[in-house]
Amino acid sequence: MSDRELLTGWGCTAATAARVVRATPDRVAEELRTAGSRGVIARGLGRSYGDVAQNAGGVVLLPAPGSVRIDHETQQVTVGAGTSLHDLMRVLLPEGYFVPVTPGTRFVTLGGAIACDVHGKNHHRAGSLGDHVVSLDLVLPDGSAVTVGPQQDPDLYWATVGGLGLTGIVTSVVLSLLRVESGWMRVDTDRLPDLDAVMDAITASDRDTTYSVAWIDTLARGRALGRSVLTRGEHARWEELTGRAVREPVPLPGDPRLGAPGLVPPHLVSRPTVRAFNELWFRKAPRQRKDELQTIASFFHPLDGVAHWNRLYGRQGFLQYQCVLPDPEGGRLARILERISAAGHASFLAVLKRFGPGNPGPLSFPTVGWTLALDLPVGAGLVPLLAELDREVVGAGGRIYLAKDSRLPGALLEQMYPRLDEFRAVRARVDPTGVLRSDLSRRLDL
Amino acid sequence: MINALGQPQSLLLLGGTSDIAVAIARAWAGTCRPHVTVAARPGARRDAVVEELAGLGLEVVAVDFDAEDTDSHPALIERLAGERDIDVAVVAFGVLGDEETAWQDHASAVHHARVNYLGAVSVGVCLGQVVRRQGHGVIVALSSVAGERVRRSNFVYGSSKAGLDGFYLGLGEALRGSGGSVLVVRPGFVRTKMTEGREPAPLSVTADDVAQAVVAGVARHAELIWVPAPLRVVMSGLRHVPRAMFRRLPV
Repeated sequence: MSDRELLTGWGCTAATAARVVRATPDRVAEELRTAGSRGVIARGLGRSYGDVAQNAGGVVLLPAPGSVRIDHETQQVTVGAGTSLHDLMRVLLPEGYFVPVTPGTRFVTLGGAIACDVHGKNHHRAGSLGDHVVSLDLVLPDGSAVTVGPQQDPDLYWATVGGLGLTGIVTSVVLSLLRVESGWMRVDTDRLPDLDAVMDAITASDRDTTYSVAWIDTLARGRALGRSVLTRGEHARWEELTGRAVREPVPLPGDPRLGAPGLVPPHLVSRPTVRAFNELWFRKAPRQRKDELQTIASFFHPLDGVAHWNRLYGRQGFLQYQCVLPDPEGGRLARILERISAAGHASFLAVLKRFGPGNPGPLSFPTVGWTLALDLPVGAGLVPLLAELDREVVGAGGRIYLAKDSRLPGALLEQMYPRLDEFRAVRARVDPTGVLRSDLSRRLDL
Repeated sequence: MINALGQPQSLLLLGGTSDIAVAIARAWAGTCRPHVTVAARPGARRDAVVEELAGLGLEVVAVDFDAEDTDSHPALIERLAGERDIDVAVVAFGVLGDEETAWQDHASAVHHARVNYLGAVSVGVCLGQVVRRQGHGVIVALSSVAGERVRRSNFVYGSSKAGLDGFYLGLGEALRGSGGSVLVVRPGFVRTKMTEGREPAPLSVTADDVAQAVVAGVARHAELIWVPAPLRVVMSGLRHVPRAMFRRLPV
């Protein structure tokens, strides 16, 4: 058992043990071909909150960083799937490129980002990561290697995008890049007093805004329900740089400067502390500020500055509930926020964003409408609250993000993802014996 | 799998007709609705349990299980583990006969030891292997405060529970890092059919109280719980009472 390791997601819940193997190119096919009955799953940097990259009793492949090759003519990059977005950005930015989509952390691998079809603050315009992939190299469960893309075996490609690692092991990715002139963002910030105000502001400005996201104080109630800070950003052009940005036009995202302590007092994240934090944070935001220059790291990945911030939630861990309410069901947001604030669960700032249209991936999460994401410490009382939220989401024809899930009742899966059959059909084709398995796939019978 | 909120998808009740085992299934029936395997001797009591749990909308199967027939345990538990992962297994069987008969009647004493200790060790070894292989799973062992400090009034039962308690605490240590874990439950006096007709001790609880404590214990990854919780303090005191004084206590 010595090669076994206990693994959890970023939420530190439901640890299970698996044999971990570094996924060097020669090992991937070998591990798939010799897999036992409990199967194999690939894991990136463990930033998914739930159990999507765990495999109790089976094999978990850990990422092996790969090479980065930029093709300036096509403005594309070929990158090993085990490479992190952090490392990729540090190569791309000095060359004047940026990734087309980045989630709220850059400590994720390309392979993991595709398996979760990650989205970012530009989803309303740019879609999710799967919309920017030219092709992928995939090792199938039988050990054979294939290249897929929107033009090559699109069924398998789109099942892989958001497919939670259950269609094959991604080994290499060709990605279209974004041209940028600097490593700075030009940011507008607006403090908005309630939910209607923030939804109106987003609706009014999203067409002309590349990146936008709102942070909601979920403990605010009554007239302040949904009070938010909305930030919108654009990549800063050369002539827009001032001050420090002129001297240092391409600041590279660095390693975390702070670390959360290994031991934190219990109940650090509790209702009074979170209420105080949210209040402070809301008051410190300017009522309105325009054209502030922020680095890419601080605009996109504010939490990446603190290593292991997940430990602040203590031994019981936490989970993230991210749902999308498709148009025209955005009105249910108020009901959802009322339930959360009435239940009084300590949730640091929740994130509200408007999605643009989804892509053809049958398990891809985004769809046109409103998405809300909130972190909740695990504790008694969460069971009925989340059951209520699930009911609201299903009633709206919405869904929750499986990449972050750690507790969805399996019975709701088909209602949330009506194209599950298409995904299962692809899986039956490429993985008839179920070599690719994870705790999540076992839990939800995927 | 057990999810982030500590909710299992499958439940194996060894000694599935015990009031506490049934109460545990009932406690989860309202939320995560696990598949339940009722392992017990065939008969009217088992049929009634299956009917009750099925009536709550749970998927239930019954399998033949005899705690004393230790030779049959490995094959049975292997078979069940092959059908579906065992997320939570509850070791709930036990006997509590008349105490004065129990220490003087050879057959009765041996029966207590066989069921409460030998049977528990037998299934514990099998379940330990299963959760290790699965890389996850919780074994819930129903011990008793009677085993924490064995007393004159029920030392046959108490000593068998002391043995079970020690075995499962040790098993929990041995399973550390394997993904599997053990929850030892030390209830005080539980008003069930096993204790029917006895005078309830102070701090007595119901099977549903024990079940709620087990559900909460699994959710917070507890290794050892007392039901009710204040018994922990009481027992901690009683453990250190000198023998000469202990024998004079009305316990």
